Amino acid sequence: MILAVCIKRVPDTNARPQVAPDGKSINPQGIEWVINPYDEFAIEEALRLKEKAGTGEVVGVSVDPDGNESILRKALAMGVDRGILVKGGSMFDGAVTAELLAGVLKNVKADLILFGKQAVDSDSYQVPSLVAHHLGLPRANVVTKLEIQGTKAVCRRQIEGNEELLELSTPCIVSCQKGLNEPRYPSLKGIMAAKKKPLEVLEAPPIEARIEILKMEPPPPRPPGRIVGKGREAVPELVRLLREEAKVI
Amino acid sequence: MREFKGLDFYEMDGLFSEEEVMVRDTVRSFVTEKLLPLLPECWEKGTFPKTLIRDIGEMGLMGANLTGYGCAGMNNVAYGLAMQELERGDSGVRSFCSVQGALVMYPIHTFGNEEQKQRYLPRLAEAEIIGCFGLTEPDFGSNPGGMKTRAVRKGNRWILNGTKMWITNGSSADVAVVWAKVDDVVHGFLVERGMKGFRAQEVRGKLSLRVSDTSELILEDCEVPEENHLPGTDGIKSAFMCLNAARYGIAWGAIGAAMACYDEALSYARNRVQFTKPIAGYQLVQAKLVQMLTEITKAQLLCLQLGRLKDQGKASHVQVSMAKRNNVWEALKIARMARDILGGNGIINEYQSMRHMCNLETVYTYEGTHDIHTLIIGEHITGLPAYY
Repeated sequence: MILAVCIKRVPDTNARPQVAPDGKSINPQGIEWVINPYDEFAIEEALRLKEKAGTGEVVGVSVDPDGNESILRKALAMGVDRGILVKGGSMFDGAVTAELLAGVLKNVKADLILFGKQAVDSDSYQVPSLVAHHLGLPRANVVTKLEIQGTKAVCRRQIEGNEELLELSTPCIVSCQKGLNEPRYPSLKGIMAAKKKPLEVLEAPPIEARIEILKMEPPPPRPPGRIVGKGREAVPELVRLLREEAKVI
Repeated sequence: MREFKGLDFYEMDGLFSEEEVMVRDTVRSFVTEKLLPLLPECWEKGTFPKTLIRDIGEMGLMGANLTGYGCAGMNNVAYGLAMQELERGDSGVRSFCSVQGALVMYPIHTFGNEEQKQRYLPRLAEAEIIGCFGLTEPDFGSNPGGMKTRAVRKGNRWILNGTKMWITNGSSADVAVVWAKVDDVVHGFLVERGMKGFRAQEVRGKLSLRVSDTSELILEDCEVPEENHLPGTDGIKSAFMCLNAARYGIAWGAIGAAMACYDEALSYARNRVQFTKPIAGYQLVQAKLVQMLTEITKAQLLCLQLGRLKDQGKASHVQVSMAKRNNVWEALKIARMARDILGGNGIINEYQSMRHMCNLETVYTYEGTHDIHTLIIGEHITGLPAYY
């Protein structure tokens, strides 16, 4: 069984990104990069499926405009067998990312392609579905339980107020949600082994960008709080404001 | 848990390899995400966070700088960084790993025969079994060579009699590396839980290293088969080699405890307002923070160079003594200063500094007291031993 995992490099979730002087990008200064947290569920699931099967290969694929290998190395340290890094594309244009990934995945011929349900930087939720479209594969998004039964992938996914049970024929695409598993820490042996594992770097073919970032700005500062009074006498006024002005009760 | 970013005032990250940084950051995340949330309760109850033993084994933190037999085979700098991060959590958890790696796996790896290595090391590396190290006795601490524990050969067995004290992991251990005199020469033995005449009793009422198991080992006509005698041990110097391996990890560990205290004190001082401004804006508090940062930076540089020397096989035991002596003492002072900056809040379990401070009182004394390390270095530079 060949399992492909698509991985994105994103700013550390604790980072406070600043807009760069050009007003159109994030200032990379001082930002630590991590594996997109939802992609960690995808990596863990692939590793568990391989371990359960006792055979197979887990291939990590990433599109990165800077050709930064760090997060693929971390995936290799977690246990992924080999990595493919596509140098090019953009961090925010999901359509381009999907096309580049589809181009690579066509040759990987995976039985199962796993994604995180969203990238926590761009939050577009679109790449797994777009890749499924390009490759003509079935896909299940936001999956919290996955089981492979022969040539079927049985997926549980969250829907509004309930759960949906889907059966997909493999090869297929699954995007992973928190709750699917608990990602492992790379073992020290894994970290030692990672530098010897193959990591192929491919130059991205030119693809026309369909999204242009015109401007980035930080969210407006939060308006200062207001003290409406003191003691129990203030309660009716507070309730009135919460109801009529803030409209939260 | 608030994320911990480490402390790198002298841009030392550039001196570490990619793997070394990855090891450090992995253990750092593990400590933040898994260990720190458990610590206040473990400390209060005086219990080890046992649920993490499996993770510790799976990550390969046990005997990580040893090679083969399921060990990770890391270099000594990566191993040191792992110890640093563990002690950023708690000295008791770092002690747990130090003992298993440097005082149990190391002697088996160094003094054991092939059969013993195969029998114990892979399971110790996975933390499937736990080990402890019995050298110190109730009346023999800084002078272990005076030990009373004796081993006498009887057919194909050894009969051990004696008491060992202050033994980390003692009650939870499946195997104890016990040092005993055969005539006048110290030998090492692998005493297993359940062997006739062997029992452990936990030390109660500790005000330090509360999450660590500290016990007394009692050997009463304890019968140990010949195959559990460590054939390569040759006198007290074999035991000292183990201590030297452990002290190296302790020197790194102390940096972790100190960083946790500095981090906490700095963040507290920035937020705590007295009179007109945050207390970090007052000269006396700044002086303390600056001293903390300076000593941590010096300790980091000391350890990095020591680790590089050790990787080249050039680190002397005197250099290890200097790092242990300096870093633990400075870490203890830093923990006290941090507690001071935290004011009344500093005595509450919700904050870490006083826990580290209490732990470091033990670290200051174990694995060669501060004073003994002073004398080791003193003898080295003067040529005159001043121990007795």
